[in-house]
Amino acid sequence: MTGTLLSISGLTKAYPGVVANDTVSFDIQEGEVHALLGENGAGKSTLVKMIYGLVKPDSGTMTWRGEAFAPPEPKAARASGVAMVFQHFSLFDALNVAENVALGMEDPPKMRDLARQIRRVSEAYGLPLDPNRTVGDLSAGERQRVEIIRCLLQDPKLLIMDEPTSVLTPQEVEILFKTLNKLKSEGTSILYISHKLEEIRTLCDHATILRLGKNVGECVPAETSARDMAELMVGDTLQTPTRSTEKTGDVMLDVSGLSLQPTSPFGTTLKNIHFTVRAGEILGLGGVAGNGQDELLAALSGESTTWPDAVKVKGRDVGHLGPNARRELGILAAPEERLGHAAAPDMSLVENALLTGLIRKNLTSNGFVDWAGTTAFADEVIKEFDVRTPGSDRAARSLSGGNLQKFVIGREVLQSPEVLVVNQPTWGVDAAAAASIRQSLLDLAAGGAAIVCISQDLDELMEISDRFGALNEGRMSDIRPAAGLSIDEIGLMMGGAHGMEVAHINEGADA
Amino acid sequence: MIKLEKRAQPSRTLALSTPLIAVVITMIAGGLLFAALGKNPFEAIGTIFWEPLFGEFAFYYRPQLLVKGGPLILIAIGLSLGFRAGIWNIGAEGQYIMGAICGAGAGLAFYPMESIFIFPIMILAGALGGWVWAMIPALLKVKFGTNEILVSLMLVYVAEQLLASVSLGLLKNPQGFGFPGSRNLQEYASAHNAELITGTGMHWGVLFAFIAVIMSYVLLNKHILGFNIRLTGEAPRAARFAGVNPTRLILFCLGTSGALAGLAGMFEASGPAGQISIDFGVGYGFTAIIVAFLGRLHPVGILLAGLLMALTYIGGEIAQSNMGLPAAAIQVFQGMLLFFLLALDLLTNFRIKFAVKGAA
Repeated sequence: MTGTLLSISGLTKAYPGVVANDTVSFDIQEGEVHALLGENGAGKSTLVKMIYGLVKPDSGTMTWRGEAFAPPEPKAARASGVAMVFQHFSLFDALNVAENVALGMEDPPKMRDLARQIRRVSEAYGLPLDPNRTVGDLSAGERQRVEIIRCLLQDPKLLIMDEPTSVLTPQEVEILFKTLNKLKSEGTSILYISHKLEEIRTLCDHATILRLGKNVGECVPAETSARDMAELMVGDTLQTPTRSTEKTGDVMLDVSGLSLQPTSPFGTTLKNIHFTVRAGEILGLGGVAGNGQDELLAALSGESTTWPDAVKVKGRDVGHLGPNARRELGILAAPEERLGHAAAPDMSLVENALLTGLIRKNLTSNGFVDWAGTTAFADEVIKEFDVRTPGSDRAARSLSGGNLQKFVIGREVLQSPEVLVVNQPTWGVDAAAAASIRQSLLDLAAGGAAIVCISQDLDELMEISDRFGALNEGRMSDIRPAAGLSIDEIGLMMGGAHGMEVAHINEGADA
Repeated sequence: MIKLEKRAQPSRTLALSTPLIAVVITMIAGGLLFAALGKNPFEAIGTIFWEPLFGEFAFYYRPQLLVKGGPLILIAIGLSLGFRAGIWNIGAEGQYIMGAICGAGAGLAFYPMESIFIFPIMILAGALGGWVWAMIPALLKVKFGTNEILVSLMLVYVAEQLLASVSLGLLKNPQGFGFPGSRNLQEYASAHNAELITGTGMHWGVLFAFIAVIMSYVLLNKHILGFNIRLTGEAPRAARFAGVNPTRLILFCLGTSGALAGLAGMFEASGPAGQISIDFGVGYGFTAIIVAFLGRLHPVGILLAGLLMALTYIGGEIAQSNMGLPAAAIQVFQGMLLFFLLALDLLTNFRIKFAVKGAA
């Protein structure tokens, strides 16, 4: 560490109705991995967008190696040596890796030279990637490598990574961390945004914690317990979900020989999936995104129909039934994509309550909607699940991601399902709300429901599941009791590191 | 630099006021157009909007407002259901013609018998004719995934050929001295769609249009089917998750819009037009698309938009005959209305921000 690379002082950015960043100050040293920690809505994204030139601060200054730094646009930030890997990839499925990389460059070299550069960088940093493969066929981890390599080709001084591990298997996380450590040893600084405390403790030299737009503390993660950091982040003592005594009952959901062709060209084929879930039990399903999670949820919710006996609820064949017929039998689902799938963005929360609540809450008579009853149901969800909104007449898209997620989960839980299938139930939800969502799932199971929880958050799955399985390329791993599973075993169940056969980390590459 | 920023909540005020703003801008742009044609723009706009309502001959033009507005509203209500769900029936003109042919044909089949059952039978036949014509694109879409826009539009031209054929053949008036056209239904009491109140322009078709407005309002706001229609249009994936059957919805929306267009055609043929003739189709089916959007696909909006459109039709005709404005200029004027409306539409969901370009 030779000095300060980027010094941020008093940055403030206000949006109508909310101060996203309130006089935030911290320094990033040369060659350090600096963590930016905070819940959703704490202002992490706004802060890095200011560094990357996407957003202009209202007040405050930044200095880059002692000189004033105020990038008017990302191009200027990139010219200074700032590179960013976004949480959501901006890649074109139909193009190959090299073409995608070229699209993000100011002045791309010839395709052949670019492919060679990509190979060189990917070997130097232990990020196995073939420049000629079509992006549509890549796993989420490989897609992320495309983004990282796109950044590394710019030879950055500061690499910003926004929640990079949310889509990776443990083995892939390990590869990523090796790469980041290598970059660090070469003097590149990394600003690492995450809310996963354990990773920050292993990887980062220094952490800045944001809460409600303010810098509420700094720490050296290796010397601070995860619990202390979490409490700084939330500003409150954290409730860990509690499980009641375990007792499981009859088989509620029985999936056997479920195979399904995807409806979209880059979807995943489900291949001969078998599992059962008993009353009172939570089955956690891990796996890297894009390995059949959406398709499995669709097959269980009834959006995709199959052979009648591929899915059974309480011994009844339901594989051929549509969503509403299944709801009638007590099988409910909450898909991952909140806007456009679980909820209609431009419709009010009342209308969105009707969207799935109509059958079990009996919200129509002779086809006419009982709007008073629907409003009462929406208000109940808002109240019980602490959804922060001025009223149930608001459009779904006006809610923050976390609040809408609470609404979507609450809407299903309050219909007292017998089988509940959720995909990414706490994705993008702040720690306190995530804990309350998990608690509600545990309570539901304690009440005798069978729950399938599909998630990419392994900590979450370990916290609530009784048994654990993983999806890998549309296949289901063996299902094993969750207690006592090691992280290595889980990683192998998830299919290990995708594309490891071409991986070899070249430790001594030119520095 | 001008930037568009998505609104968190669609603006209600703007959703209601954009049609009015669009009308004003159309008046300005239309005025410029008329000025470029060498006409006095104020006089032209005045003729189009003022003359039919309050001019010297308003007693004649006012009933015309209902006569012309009725079919537009009836067709547009049907179209709006499909448009709400993202199902694009562009061929209402063809369904209108087929409804007219079937309705008039059913009536003429009984000629010269007089019975109170003839008119109801014609109504059913008219609705059925339009429904069948709309079922063609619907079934092709459901079975083979064809594009309903193309199929329904092309069927308009098929319907026009059929219209020419029956005007010259099957339905030709045997006592018509060889003129291409059917008997005049206005002279056939049982089949005549007469004015319900003399001198108002109010005939059965207008009454049906008003009923359609109310039914559509109830359907969209109170009934689960209407909810499913709106849901499908706004978030197709969420609609599937909510258990909406897309096939049934396509059949319902196209079928309903076809039946209503057929009804409009039948009422027109048996009332104001009086007969099936080779130039029966005057483009109500296409203008209704403008009416549907001008009314924001909302039943009450469509009611108002239909009357406004009828006004520009009537006013346009007056301007043509009094001021010698070309018919094409009037059509451009009507087209502008839709154009400006769609452009302004953006404002309900986005706000314009005038950002200062990077000062650094």
